[in-house]
Amino acid sequence: MKKMAPDSILDVRDLTVKFFLDEGTVHAVNGVSFSVPAGRSVGIVGESGCGKTVSAYSITRLLPKTARISGEILFRERGGDITNITELEPDGGDMRRIRGKEISMIFQEPMSSLSPVHKISNQLSEAIIQFQGLTKRQARARVIELLQLVGIPQAERRVDDYPFQLSGGMRQRAMIAMALARNPRVLIADEPTTALDVTLQAQVLNLIRDMQDEFKLSLILITHDLGVVAHMVDYVSIMYLGMVVESGPVIEIFDNPKHPYTRGLMHSIPKLRGRRGERVEPIPGFVPSAYALQEGCPFCERCPMREERCTKGIPQRVQVGSEHYVCCHVYQPGEGEPDVVNA
Amino acid sequence: MLSMPDDCILQVTDLKKHFPIEAGFFRRKKIGAVRAVDGVSFSVETGRTLGLVGESGCGKTTTARAILRALDPTSGSVLFRTREGIVDMVKLKGPALKGARADMQMVFQDPYSSLNPRLPIMDIIAEPLKAHGYPKKEREERVKELLSLVGLRPEYARRYPHSFSGGQRQRIGVARALALRPALIVADEPVSALDVSVQAQVLNLLLDLQDRLGLSFVFIGHDLSVVRYLCDTVAVMYLGKIVELAAVDALYEEPRHPYTSTLLSAVPDADPHAPWRRDIVKGEVTGDEREIVGCSFEPRCPYAQEICRNQTPELSSGTVQDSTHLAACHFAGALDLEGVS
Ligand SMILES: Nc1ncnc2c1ncn2[C@@H]1O[C@H](COP(=O)(O)OP(=O)(O)O)[C@@H](O)[C@H]1O
Ligand SMILES: Nc1ncnc2c1ncn2[C@@H]1O[C@H](COP(=O)(O)OP(=O)(O)O)[C@@H](O)[C@H]1O
Ligand SMILES: [Mg+2]
Ligand SMILES: [Mg+2]
Repeated sequence: MKKMAPDSILDVRDLTVKFFLDEGTVHAVNGVSFSVPAGRSVGIVGESGCGKTVSAYSITRLLPKTARISGEILFRERGGDITNITELEPDGGDMRRIRGKEISMIFQEPMSSLSPVHKISNQLSEAIIQFQGLTKRQARARVIELLQLVGIPQAERRVDDYPFQLSGGMRQRAMIAMALARNPRVLIADEPTTALDVTLQAQVLNLIRDMQDEFKLSLILITHDLGVVAHMVDYVSIMYLGMVVESGPVIEIFDNPKHPYTRGLMHSIPKLRGRRGERVEPIPGFVPSAYALQEGCPFCERCPMREERCTKGIPQRVQVGSEHYVCCHVYQPGEGEPDVVNA
Repeated sequence: MLSMPDDCILQVTDLKKHFPIEAGFFRRKKIGAVRAVDGVSFSVETGRTLGLVGESGCGKTTTARAILRALDPTSGSVLFRTREGIVDMVKLKGPALKGARADMQMVFQDPYSSLNPRLPIMDIIAEPLKAHGYPKKEREERVKELLSLVGLRPEYARRYPHSFSGGQRQRIGVARALALRPALIVADEPVSALDVSVQAQVLNLLLDLQDRLGLSFVFIGHDLSVVRYLCDTVAVMYLGKIVELAAVDALYEEPRHPYTSTLLSAVPDADPHAPWRRDIVKGEVTGDEREIVGCSFEPRCPYAQEICRNQTPELSSGTVQDSTHLAACHFAGALDLEGVS
């Protein structure tokens, strides 16, 4: 049997996903590893196209047929057994059970999990009956309870609404209720608040945190917003071009970023508590295409610390602090701390 | 003769745009109106940036379009200092409007849909020049100049939009807006669709251009950190009205309208040590509050009193003697509101 760290519920190891298309091969995810300690929250951060969504869909095995997936995704079952998700059939019984009862997802767009033609009551109770063996009546009571829990006022009445009858904020809440209906242990939230205004974002994030406590959830929060990660998660992995370039406890990553890309990101965003007159510093250039797999470090083209060796091999993961890892040639053992550029 | 303060380039007074709500199939009948912009007043100092912030649907884009006369306002005036003198954009017609528009240009949010994919960027950027009758040779020269001004290689002129990244496309949008050497740029969420590392490139480009060309900006945004970075003065909008207007630091550090304070405290700053009040904001904008009487923020306001339901608060300096910091709240200056330092 596979071994996992004792406190993890999910271990992603060397995950690689390629799409074979007529135009060529898309290297969407190139050897991603991270683990989710049970009951804790992990953020996956990176700019568009870096492989966040593809990584999430690998965990739930909802990738299109053109995708080839390799590596391990170890999941600790309720009884303690370990299942390697990458070895399961995407449509097989085990995977359907895991998607149904163990790992739920929520998205940016609530209508991607809610059906427009069914009442909220029917959609949620179906999910409950299917997996928890309750009667229709019990299920309806449970649905109302769930809607109350996610903060939908007058839940007894709202339960018979169709999604379009709800306001934007209420639809977000209904989507979250839907994801929680089957009492999952892991919640993956893929940019859940990206399209929302700041006040609604705060409400939805607040709800996700409350639900995490209520359901003892392990949370994977995917976002491109460094402000959201800073306040929502315990651990963070920074992705660039299909790779995790740096990972660690969130405070450590913000206080002591090591990878030049992480540093670049932090310097490129204006702060609300802005020091006046201080310029943000953009990262020069732009993200290269995912069609051509780089020979060296994926970031080296844009890196202010680039050296000769950076264009050669893919950098290995090095530990630079307690639970703090970085993939950068400059930090390879024996080199010591490099000169701090743009810090 | 129209007049406005010497240091201003734009003065908007009591601007309104109401869209009719119609019903009926055979004979459309007006049954009401969306008060998209409902009595907005502000001015922009020459060479400075005014920020317009607020949640989606509060009327920012409609305000911008009314200023540029991309739509006809219901009422109000938009005084604008052109090269030929002060004009009221609302009253202009024909060639006079075309002339004034050369001095005022817009940059849009979406760098993907705002550029015609079938034209090389030479033609895209030259389009306003062509419309104003510049000869071909001069147009081509100017486009090359503009490309280097926004940090793109002049050789790129023959390429099509699809071969550029989001940030590069937004530079192309900025180059097009600058073609006629305008004095004022109205930028409607120009960085909202960009990734953070690229967003910074465009923000700094706007600051550099302002430095070099003395441009004035109306900058519309919903990201309060970006607005703080770019703007000198900020107007906060809520349901078609300005609820607070002040110099940027005063507004962020000592907000006087409860809505401004709410917005600021809801932003998770990119610093895990900064405070974040994720539990402070209640309710959401439904549009039902678009009342004629009373304060439109009253249903969500933790400080609401009887007077807030019965009387519409005017934008004023409240109990404080400071004509540069205005808030539309009956209790402006009297509440202990949290800001950000
Ligand atoms: N179905 C697909 N077919 C081909 N390429 C894809 C597909 N889905 C995603 N990709 C590519 O994989 C890469 C990672 O995408 P994604 O995970 O969606 O990025 P993110 O969520 O970080 O923005 C991108 O280059 C994207 O274009
Ligand atoms: N052409 C239109 N017809 C009717 N209503 C409109 C039109 N344009 C905008 N609105 C309404 O006016 C209000 C303000 O919209 P907008 O100016 O786009 O807001 P913002 O840019 O702040 O998101 C919204 O309620 C919107 O639905
Ligand atoms: Mg995604
Ligand atoms: Mg808008």
